[in-house]
Amino acid sequence: MKIEGEVRIPSGCAISAVISKEGKKMTGESIIKSMVPMHDRSNGLGGGFAAYGIYPEYKEFYAFHIFYNDNDSRVECEKLLKDRFEIVKAENIPIKKIKEITDVPLIWRYFVAPLASILSRLQLDEKEYVARTVMHINTNLKGAYVFSSGKNMGTFKAVGFPEDVGRFYRLDEYEAYSWTAHGRYPTNTPGWWGGAHPFALLDYSIVHNGEISSYDANRRYIEMFGYKCMLKTDTEVITYIADYLLRKQKLTLEETASVIAAPFWSTIQNKGPKEAEKLSFLRKIYPSLLITGPFSIILGFEGGLMALNDRLKLRSMVIGEKDDKVFIASEEAAIRVMEPNAKNIYAPSGGEPVIVKVKEGAF
Amino acid sequence: MEKTIEINAKELNFKDLNNKIREYEKNGTVKITDLTGQRFIASGMNNKKIELNGIPGNALGAYLTGAEITVNGNAQDAVGDTMNAGKIIIHGNIGDAAGYAMRGGEIYVKGDAGYRAGIHMKEYKEKKPVIIIGGKTGSFLGEYQAGGLIIVLGLTKNDKPLVGNFSSTGMHGGKLILRGKAENIKFPGQTTKRKATKEDLDEIKPYISNFCKYFNFNEKEMLSEEYTVITPNSANPYKQMYIAN
Repeated sequence: MKIEGEVRIPSGCAISAVISKEGKKMTGESIIKSMVPMHDRSNGLGGGFAAYGIYPEYKEFYAFHIFYNDNDSRVECEKLLKDRFEIVKAENIPIKKIKEITDVPLIWRYFVAPLASILSRLQLDEKEYVARTVMHINTNLKGAYVFSSGKNMGTFKAVGFPEDVGRFYRLDEYEAYSWTAHGRYPTNTPGWWGGAHPFALLDYSIVHNGEISSYDANRRYIEMFGYKCMLKTDTEVITYIADYLLRKQKLTLEETASVIAAPFWSTIQNKGPKEAEKLSFLRKIYPSLLITGPFSIILGFEGGLMALNDRLKLRSMVIGEKDDKVFIASEEAAIRVMEPNAKNIYAPSGGEPVIVKVKEGAF
Repeated sequence: MEKTIEINAKELNFKDLNNKIREYEKNGTVKITDLTGQRFIASGMNNKKIELNGIPGNALGAYLTGAEITVNGNAQDAVGDTMNAGKIIIHGNIGDAAGYAMRGGEIYVKGDAGYRAGIHMKEYKEKKPVIIIGGKTGSFLGEYQAGGLIIVLGLTKNDKPLVGNFSSTGMHGGKLILRGKAENIKFPGQTTKRKATKEDLDEIKPYISNFCKYFNFNEKEMLSEEYTVITPNSANPYKQMYIAN
């Protein structure tokens, strides 16, 4: 079978999320159910979930989730991991064999800590070291693909409909303070396990509905900073942009939103002088990170979520609330499945970020 | 008395649901409960009344040719897409692209509309579509409007503008009528903004009247307000380019 990047299929998607501002834990059941009314937005070529706060007993360690084509690639990759990390646990990710999910690769999970001696020799901070290792494995090790690499979080994805993918990974057995979900209708690429959403690097994860038209401009820019876009799918580049702006450039979430969904110059003109100056500054510094074309995305990170539409709002996205929970989805129906009595249902404007954080100390 | 037939939509997919609605073609009102996002409800249908409870999915009443649909709550995207005739009454908010390329019929919305309401609306002879939005709207309202009537009342109380950015871009026919003076709203150069005349008010009266009846507002008060009219500029180049009207 051809994988991502080898063939182009021109062709929508479904996204959904829930977060508890109190940091209360929820199993994956509810988020899986939310994808059912949006079934027809996907075509069975990809589904996935990101869950935050699921590995409290290993929260000091990076959790690597890796797909292997075969045992040889696992042996080779594990050799590399042993050279670079202390591996405190290595195991198969528990799955449930179901007829809807086929061509299952080897799916492994490792809890690792970077070797301190190497970090000091390379003079790198921990996160950069982990990110570089992920890039190295995904680019150079044939048959191995790291699809999750954050602390106390994990992504779970496969080729299939999201409801089935959720059952396959037994997500009802995990407890998270925030969940995101995606149902895929691949536009451009054939749909391989690694190409399903969420895309993740360190603790950042992205689920995305849309098809960005600035892909190559964004890719060329971001690859200057050590990121490698292997899969030719737009969501991958959005994930790296988020990591670059937030972790490396230390922008705030609001600033990041103003870069990737920058307002039109005509809109900036009508803002107050201080805000206009800031928005102009961001547009001028990061012109190549403006993302154009339709997107609605949910960015997951440690302790929160950010939802964002493209500035023209070419995709739907709805927000709702109930008690300590905030819900985000492509369709209101998905929110109503999670919480029939959700309040304050509204659709944010294009380019208007919705940022939800778990209260300090609760995650 | 007219019969009401009730259909519980739980676990029904959109195709089965629409087939069930069609079975009751001539039997009065069809009341549907427990909707969870089923799309294309009542698409192309006529001669019946449909009452919806729960969340109807995208493209509600697409190509509608004469039915009357009432939604007791919010609706999602693309309500009344390319609708020909009939009425859609929404007791809540609607998503994006409501009344896209609408060619006839009426859409009444109690609350807010998302982006792109009424884009590509058109009219021909007696076929004149109308959208009336009680709340506020997102950007690109009536983009490329070629005919018909869009009314925005802005009754939602918040600090957002009555309509979003880029309203009426590419407008070359029809009318947009806003309650109030529409100050601080930028309209493109090929449109003209003016105070509503008595003729304009006579034109919107029946629709305002229906709106107030459906959603319980005071008609007299609503009609006594000032309204602002946006139409294509007579010197507008688009007019010559697309249609002589």
